[in-house]
Amino acid sequence: MNEDTTKLSRRNFFKAGTVLASGVAIASTLAPYDGLLFAAEAPGAKGKWYGIGIDINKCIGCGKCANACKQENNVPKDPFYFRSWVEQYTIKNDGSILVESPNGGIDGFKQSVPDGDIYKSFFVPKMCNHCAKSPCTQVCPVGATFETEEGIVLVDETYCIGCRYCVQACPYGCRYIHPEKGTVDKCTLCFHRLKKGLQPACFEICPTEARIFGDLNDPKSKLNYFLKNHTCMVIKPHLNTGSKLFYNALTPEVR
Amino acid sequence: MTEHLQNLYEVLSKVEGYVYPNEIELNWSILIVLYPYITGLVAGAFILASLERIFKVRILKPTYGIALLTAFSFMLVATMPLVSHLGKPLRAYEIMITPHSSSAMAIFGFVYLWYLMVVLFLEIWFDYRRDMVIWANGTTGFKRFLYKLLSLWTTDISPKAVALDDRIGYIVTVIGVPSAFLLHGYVGFIFGSIKANPWWSTVLMPVIFLFSAMVSGIALVMLIYIVLSKIRKQIVDMDCLDTIAKYLFYILIIDFTLEGLDQIHRIYVAEESFEALHKLVFGKLFYSLFIYQGLMGTIVPLLTLGTLQFYKPKAKIRRAIYLILPVLVLMGIFFMRWNVVIGGQLFSKSFYGYTTFKTGLIGTEGYLMAATWLIVPFLILSFLLWLLPPWKKIETSHE
Repeated sequence: MNEDTTKLSRRNFFKAGTVLASGVAIASTLAPYDGLLFAAEAPGAKGKWYGIGIDINKCIGCGKCANACKQENNVPKDPFYFRSWVEQYTIKNDGSILVESPNGGIDGFKQSVPDGDIYKSFFVPKMCNHCAKSPCTQVCPVGATFETEEGIVLVDETYCIGCRYCVQACPYGCRYIHPEKGTVDKCTLCFHRLKKGLQPACFEICPTEARIFGDLNDPKSKLNYFLKNHTCMVIKPHLNTGSKLFYNALTPEVR
Repeated sequence: MTEHLQNLYEVLSKVEGYVYPNEIELNWSILIVLYPYITGLVAGAFILASLERIFKVRILKPTYGIALLTAFSFMLVATMPLVSHLGKPLRAYEIMITPHSSSAMAIFGFVYLWYLMVVLFLEIWFDYRRDMVIWANGTTGFKRFLYKLLSLWTTDISPKAVALDDRIGYIVTVIGVPSAFLLHGYVGFIFGSIKANPWWSTVLMPVIFLFSAMVSGIALVMLIYIVLSKIRKQIVDMDCLDTIAKYLFYILIIDFTLEGLDQIHRIYVAEESFEALHKLVFGKLFYSLFIYQGLMGTIVPLLTLGTLQFYKPKAKIRRAIYLILPVLVLMGIFFMRWNVVIGGQLFSKSFYGYTTFKTGLIGTEGYLMAATWLIVPFLILSFLLWLLPPWKKIETSHE
């Protein structure tokens, strides 16, 4: 009887061992995909691979970034069209959350909640996440929107048919239909400026350096330094969009 | 300021809570409600026709031709709401010549063309070829030319040739049934695959779309058959209507179960979006979801049709019921599309607020445009019924 049990347990041991070993083997092949932070896997080590860092602790809600973006990129002035905007979060003492973004924050913010009722308040600048697995690019029926080698999501407006499927597919609300052109419009990370060696307009104008922009492939870049020294997160990580917009001090109420 | 901007400023003043600034504008408007609605009518009507043809439900014979021509008329118009809502309608052909392989929408053109040209067109052509040859001989002038043209100047109506027509027609129908499933299941996939939108993103969406399509298509053919009989002063075939009603009942049960399952699953798992959607359903969608779609479009027809399976009132009363029920069902399915398409854009993807739907009477996305695309298929159908009247066909047994 005892012998039988030994045999059985030995067999079980081998069984469990095999399962465990193959599990580890499989997991190790998957290892390169496990990083949440770098869910956005660069296509190759060569060349630039742009990402964005935003330090929520440093944003003062001046709205200059949103304004600079509109001016630099001829975004319509009406409050329904934004490539870049700022949200003000106010968490009240009773736990309720108030989010506001009057005119995208361009005219600045006024706190509508009395000081005594505020638990905490902060600003979150928003813009295209330039996702590496961008749902908007996936759904475009004609391929008018695409990801460049540098990891920037762009739109060919001479090709876009204006079906608005990408607007529906973007989880972050970063796309709109240009009212005059009839085609979709979004943040280009000021591609025209990058090509001249300049920073995107919203980065250049930020007075507190809350926005960090750089090459994820370059270990010495300012962005990589920022990512290593802060606890950064992307918005809606469960959607697995490979977002490359990393926030420091991001809290779950920011969506 | 343009009317569009004026509308947006009005919507802005009605925003509840917080929505991303780009979400104030509803991107898919009433025309995109019509698109799955019309495509659904096509798929449903075709499936009813194939019940007679493939599954040999002979009792449905009086509606076979009507169902086919209805499917064809609506199919011709199905893309029009899509094209007229594009920001750049003149570039619509790009979707056909440079399709993007990872896009669910890019496949639409091919599924559509396959269904329109290969399935519907061929089936009707083989079904009517002999009759067109005969009608061409019995008419003169333009109509004669039209029949000659449509029959491609073929003249062979020997029993052998007709048997071949029938055989090919049958094969096309056999291919057609999965194609109809593909067409409408696929329309559901366009919505179901958008992971950014929790109201749309469900694996059940293609199946729900498919069964609701069958419900709406069957109801439409039922209605057209009754109205046509009235116009032609013919007596309606009550056995045929009873059978259609029976199928409508069965498929309505499946549709209701699937939609119920979807909602129960949402309530039970209560994901991140639950509170926002709960407020949406009991707020802005209350009437369109619970009253128009749920009560009037589903529960009332279900109970009535269910009762008719056990208790048969006089033919006159049944006829009246069969006239009213399809109208209710068609309205219910229209609001089902509405609740999906418009409902899915009323809440913010931040789950912090809601925008409002507003469209004008005129304009490319207005109610008049929408009404046009709903009326045009009936005009096409009237023309087709004049040109190819199913009741003047020589009886074939479709064996």
